Amino acid sequence: MKRGIPVRLEGLSKRFGKVEAVKRLDLEIGAGELVAFLGPSGCGKTTTLLMIAGIYRPTTGAVYFGDRRVDHLHPRDRDVGMVFQSYALYPHLTLFENIAFPLRLKRVPDAEVKERVQKTADLLGIGHILERKPAQVSGGQQQRAALARALVKEPQVLLLDEPLSNLDAQIRLSARAEIRRLQRDLGVTAILVTHDQAEALAMADRVAVFSMGELQQYDTPEVLYHRPKNTFVAGFVGSPPMNLIEGTFTGDGFRAGELRIPIPGAPTGKGWLGVRPEHLALGEGGHPARVLVVEPLGREVLVVAEVAGVRLQVLLPEGERPEMGSEVGIVFPEPKELHFFDETGRRIGPE
Amino acid sequence: MPLLPKNWPLWLLVLALITLPIGVGLLWLFLTALFDQVHGLRPVGDFSPENWRFLTEGSVGGRPSIWVALKNSILFAAAVATLEVLIASMAAYAISRMKFPFRTPYLGMILVLHAFPAVSLLIAIYYILRVLGLFDTLIGVILVKASLELPLGIWLMKGFFDQLSWDMEMAALVDGASRWTVFWKVALPLVRPGILALGTFALLSAWGEFILPFTFIVSGKSWTLALYMQSFMREAFVDYGLMAAVGLFYAAPVLLLFLLGQRYLLNIYSGGVKG
Repeated sequence: MKRGIPVRLEGLSKRFGKVEAVKRLDLEIGAGELVAFLGPSGCGKTTTLLMIAGIYRPTTGAVYFGDRRVDHLHPRDRDVGMVFQSYALYPHLTLFENIAFPLRLKRVPDAEVKERVQKTADLLGIGHILERKPAQVSGGQQQRAALARALVKEPQVLLLDEPLSNLDAQIRLSARAEIRRLQRDLGVTAILVTHDQAEALAMADRVAVFSMGELQQYDTPEVLYHRPKNTFVAGFVGSPPMNLIEGTFTGDGFRAGELRIPIPGAPTGKGWLGVRPEHLALGEGGHPARVLVVEPLGREVLVVAEVAGVRLQVLLPEGERPEMGSEVGIVFPEPKELHFFDETGRRIGPE
Repeated sequence: MPLLPKNWPLWLLVLALITLPIGVGLLWLFLTALFDQVHGLRPVGDFSPENWRFLTEGSVGGRPSIWVALKNSILFAAAVATLEVLIASMAAYAISRMKFPFRTPYLGMILVLHAFPAVSLLIAIYYILRVLGLFDTLIGVILVKASLELPLGIWLMKGFFDQLSWDMEMAALVDGASRWTVFWKVALPLVRPGILALGTFALLSAWGEFILPFTFIVSGKSWTLALYMQSFMREAFVDYGLMAAVGLFYAAPVLLLFLLGQRYLLNIYSGGVKG
């Protein structure tokens, strides 16, 4: 199969009546890269995907596949394959005819259709159930059939709209790995839309975080996790999410109500202090806190505690398990594990 | 299994009583068609093939052959049903799926048309058919009947199209289909229950249509079965045996069609795409 091509979005926006669903989006996706569009529902990620597919016409801006501008083209002239959240298989056709559908429309000769459908289906492990209708196979198999239909015409760009969210948690993990492996083997450029941050971080080379129709940050999973650009990304990426405390930086520390945390080299002015639950610890000499909730997560224990009127989530290693309602001390980490955001939510310091 | 109401034997009795007059009527029809004479519901005399002479004699009392009327009725019903299903599907798809100017007023107008009593249009239609040269032709009545039935058909099909997921159509577009291909290859097969329901409905309605052919068809060669049958009632002495036999002949295809098509007809009311 041929290699994917780079995709470039330039000043892309989409307006539905008065609602601006996507606002002046600039984004570049490398050839063969898997990029995730991550955000809560209604953030514009699916709208962007549908503009790339050619279902929606952008209000302004351009979409490039390689050097070719495609935003004015009909979907069939774009060479994209797409998997939908609902799989959108045609219920009146067998899996074979479902997968063959794009080839039939291209008037590919019968013998070749047969060969290519079988090859793609075998690749996805559904080669033996092609004569069945979608309603007669499991959800996982439907998802594979949808993927096969998207891949059978060997598209240059593969679009995945929440392809895993209708699967059982158990299959979801293996499907994640499998899609990633296929995408890498085929070298196709892929865009994955998801609201599940764990899925985005696990699968994507780079993640674009959306909120309210705007791109918040576009970077590798590591950078998103360790250096979020603003409080939205900080709160959205990572589970459980980062603690964000509103207060005042004083140059040598941070103050929020009664809570005072000394931080050498802190900025000044109002803002937000961010600290990940896994970077907080319990110990002697920490800030006195009261345990409100204890939630064992299996490998770890999640504790919600109140420190001087501020609620914090603390992720503890297995074995450490304070009593609910007990008094503990919370120890803040080194300054390099802390995140500083200004009043508007933008990150202060190195990006 | 659907649950039966607690006192179901009582309900069954009530239903049976309500249905009784229709049952008696049908029984009378059978008996009258088969025997010489019927007093009340009591057959008098022997089984009489005499009532069925219209099947073999070319013409009864100067009427055209019943086979001509049968052919016309089949042609009429089939053409009306085909036209209606075809046009209603396309219109309903457009209304359900596309944005176009005046869509909402258009929808409202269709509804008003559906509520409009067709009989009040007869005179206007008469003039239109005269001008078009379609008066006293089967084609003319087919067009009129199909037009009058369309509003209902469009609304019905719209309901079926509304239930199709957008994802499926988007998938077909990305797979390389044109809008037209999406309609024929994806949308239409999925509303098959609707098409069968509307088709059966239109067929039955056209088969039973009387007032339109009665008004717009004069010559015997274009008579439908409804006109053929009605012609017996215009005579001074009505041959009830003969008329009942014709009635039975006229009703038989409908009973057959209903038995075959009632599953689809029920779909109109439950409105599912489950099929």
